[in-house]
Amino acid sequence: MSDELDKKTNYAGRLGYSYRRNLHERFIEAILFLSAFLSVIIMLSIVVMLVKESVVFFQYVSLWEFLTDTQWTPLFDDAHYGILPLVAGTVVSSAVALMVALPLGTIIAIYLSEFAPFAVREVAKPFLELLGGIPTVVYGYFALLFVTPLLQMIFPELPGFSLLSAGLVMGIMIIPYVSSMTEDAMRAVPMHLREGSYAMGATRFQTAVRVVMPAAFSGIAAAYILGISRAVGETMVVAIAAGMQPNLTWNPMEPAATITAYIVQVSLGDLPHGSIGYQTIFAAGLTLLLMTLVFNIIGHLLRKRYREIY
Amino acid sequence: MNKANELIQLRKIINTHKRWDLLFMITGIIALMIAILTFIALFAQMMIDGMPRLSWDFFTSFPSRRPESAGILSAWVGTTLVMLVTAASAVPLGIGAGVYLEEYAPKNLLTEILEINVTNLAGVPSIIYGLLALGLFVYQLGFGQSILAAGLALALLILPVVIVATREAIRSIPVAIREGSYALGATKWQTVSDHLLPYSAAGILTGIIIGLARAIGETAPIITIGALTFIAFLPPSPVTDEFPYISFEWLTAPFTVMPIQMFNWVSRPEEAFQLNAAAAGLVLVVMTLTMNGLAIYLRYRMRKNIKW
Amino acid sequence: MQNNSESKEYKSHVKGLNFYYGAFHALKNINMGLHDKKITALIGPSGCGKSTFLRCFNRMHDLYPGNRYEGEIVLHPDDVNILSSKVDPIEVRMRISMVFQKPNPFPKSIYENVAYGLRVRGIKQRAMLDEKVENALRNSALWEEVKDRLNDLAFNLSGGQQQRLCIARALATDPEILLFDEPTSALDPIATASIEELIADLKDKVTILIVTHNMQQAARVSDFTAYMYLGELIEFDETDTIFIKPKHKQTEDYITGRFG
Repeated sequence: MSDELDKKTNYAGRLGYSYRRNLHERFIEAILFLSAFLSVIIMLSIVVMLVKESVVFFQYVSLWEFLTDTQWTPLFDDAHYGILPLVAGTVVSSAVALMVALPLGTIIAIYLSEFAPFAVREVAKPFLELLGGIPTVVYGYFALLFVTPLLQMIFPELPGFSLLSAGLVMGIMIIPYVSSMTEDAMRAVPMHLREGSYAMGATRFQTAVRVVMPAAFSGIAAAYILGISRAVGETMVVAIAAGMQPNLTWNPMEPAATITAYIVQVSLGDLPHGSIGYQTIFAAGLTLLLMTLVFNIIGHLLRKRYREIY
Repeated sequence: MNKANELIQLRKIINTHKRWDLLFMITGIIALMIAILTFIALFAQMMIDGMPRLSWDFFTSFPSRRPESAGILSAWVGTTLVMLVTAASAVPLGIGAGVYLEEYAPKNLLTEILEINVTNLAGVPSIIYGLLALGLFVYQLGFGQSILAAGLALALLILPVVIVATREAIRSIPVAIREGSYALGATKWQTVSDHLLPYSAAGILTGIIIGLARAIGETAPIITIGALTFIAFLPPSPVTDEFPYISFEWLTAPFTVMPIQMFNWVSRPEEAFQLNAAAAGLVLVVMTLTMNGLAIYLRYRMRKNIKW
Repeated sequence: MQNNSESKEYKSHVKGLNFYYGAFHALKNINMGLHDKKITALIGPSGCGKSTFLRCFNRMHDLYPGNRYEGEIVLHPDDVNILSSKVDPIEVRMRISMVFQKPNPFPKSIYENVAYGLRVRGIKQRAMLDEKVENALRNSALWEEVKDRLNDLAFNLSGGQQQRLCIARALATDPEILLFDEPTSALDPIATASIEELIADLKDKVTILIVTHNMQQAARVSDFTAYMYLGELIEFDETDTIFIKPKHKQTEDYITGRFG
């Protein structure tokens, strides 16, 4: 009887305790949720901030002019607001960078994942990681003062600032990102798939290209997309080595400003808050964000389409 | 006879294929060599140019119009203070978000949005964070071109790195540990704080170091908030003589950081300033390489010691 | 040792085979003959080395560092020692195919999975590929089920179908020996029955060596059985003899379930 009572009081006591405990747990969960939700707030703030200033900009400049004018001279007396020269500079420098980074990054990834002996991989991977950790401003210095003079020995007519040398260095800079993500994707392919291929008498190269890479396709696509959006968004290398003059050209041998370099150039000056010049960098930033967004969507579609084919 | 012919044929094919294998192997080594040689060239170029400028005075002098007496005092002090703000804000928020997504988040639409969002944030170009900081911190919230604004901008930038590292570290802890803790009557938070966080501390620390190493070298967002100015003074000291002996005045002070100082010197036409840029770059590279090296070492140790 | 008439009955001879994983001596002095166009089963408790032995036949151990063979596996009729370092493992694998424990179709279409071994050999003619793929699928009793969806992703097949696809893949290249490494251990009983039936049907076409942990399976499908224990070949004989009148006490204990 008294045992029974004891049990009851204990039980009741615990209930009270558990209520307090639950409150405590709930409070902590709420705090943790808020820190996770902050990422959404950041994303929204980015969009709101860019759109808000761009809206003011587009009240002054028509979208048509923005997209079709071939000159970008917002800070001149004869102001033109055509984004094309900046987009061209971005596309050309990124294209040069990707022509270096995607093939080399992929080759290194295949080599490290399928060919290299254990010891080589153990040394090469951290090394590449260190290479990826070097500040971009240092790469900019390297492009301007080492690569450009080197290229001028081969192409004497190359100017001191060029999309080519900025793009090449940017490409080298992006290699570690592409190679490490591609390699991770390839190494995630289960060993029994490789064994199946080797058991058919396939060589390492055949196994890598015909079995491992298709199996790792979505990871490799993600690596490429990351490489592309890094190239498009890269700032310091182009700002230092490609010059900051908007120049509508598709020739990598010329100097030209990218979207990012323009933002840097404006920020270096002293533009009053709320002026049209101030708003141009937000319009340029919005363009940049949309471009990276487009690549992400392309990557997504690519992966989806691939799944449908098979 | 037919069989023998077939075999000869087969061997021919195999030999062709193996030549491809060899060819690819050589290509792979060359590709790796290009990366390695670039690194060596980059380092050598900076050593040759910058080494002669590195002296005690270089670290203890302010920037100057005369290249031979210019130094990086305000830059490295600024970098240290900015990193304090960045770490103090990104670390708790990143770990909190990581723990939530890994241990608490229910499987629903909101969680999916959160996860996609973190991935997307990691892909946003750093200069965009600079624009956000310019509009939000500098003007909207009135922080001005201060250490606080810069530190927060970089914190936003490395938040995804900390979140992802936290999630991966926690995920690698086996379910059995969680069940063991719950079976003893621990609550969720007790399980997280007594077991999951301590056991994943090394992994999270690795992520934090990699994030901070990246923040130290970031230039674009800091330029964007308009911080490229000539700073020949130090921010107010955080420690004071009077009660309460601690001051946060430095948070709102103007500043410069290492990569900005380097960029400033690189963009000067005079060669003497470019030598300064090389010296500053050398310091910067050694700093980031040390941090990244530490992170790699930590990860290596972890992989060797912990076998779940 | 063998006269000519005998070696005609045999597809392969294993002579003094030792195998090491680094310092671990995994196979100890194994000697046996593999009968041509017959099914030989390898049985024994887990860890006895039966899968290790099987994987010697197509040099799968060469894929990982630190593995070492001693002795010979001689392949007839050309009497080549396939373990010799002068023999290319790729050539060995082209002559001796393997089916794995877990179905491992490639992330490709059904057609491309079967054609893989042919493509690896550099065969590009569509007509030839079509013919060989169809034959292999018919031989693995999968043709009727998949002939209308050859371009579907192989992952969409059921587990049993996937395993038959892997058998078709191995058959497409006309191997001299077909190795099976516990091919039904990941399958349900119905799929297992159909695979067993298939293996039994294949013996007219190809020499088969099968590892199984299931004694009934060995008894049902094989003509010869080898019992292995701790890396040694304890007993090798016709399946009926092994199961009815084993010579070794150890074999009898294992077969009657008294092992352990």
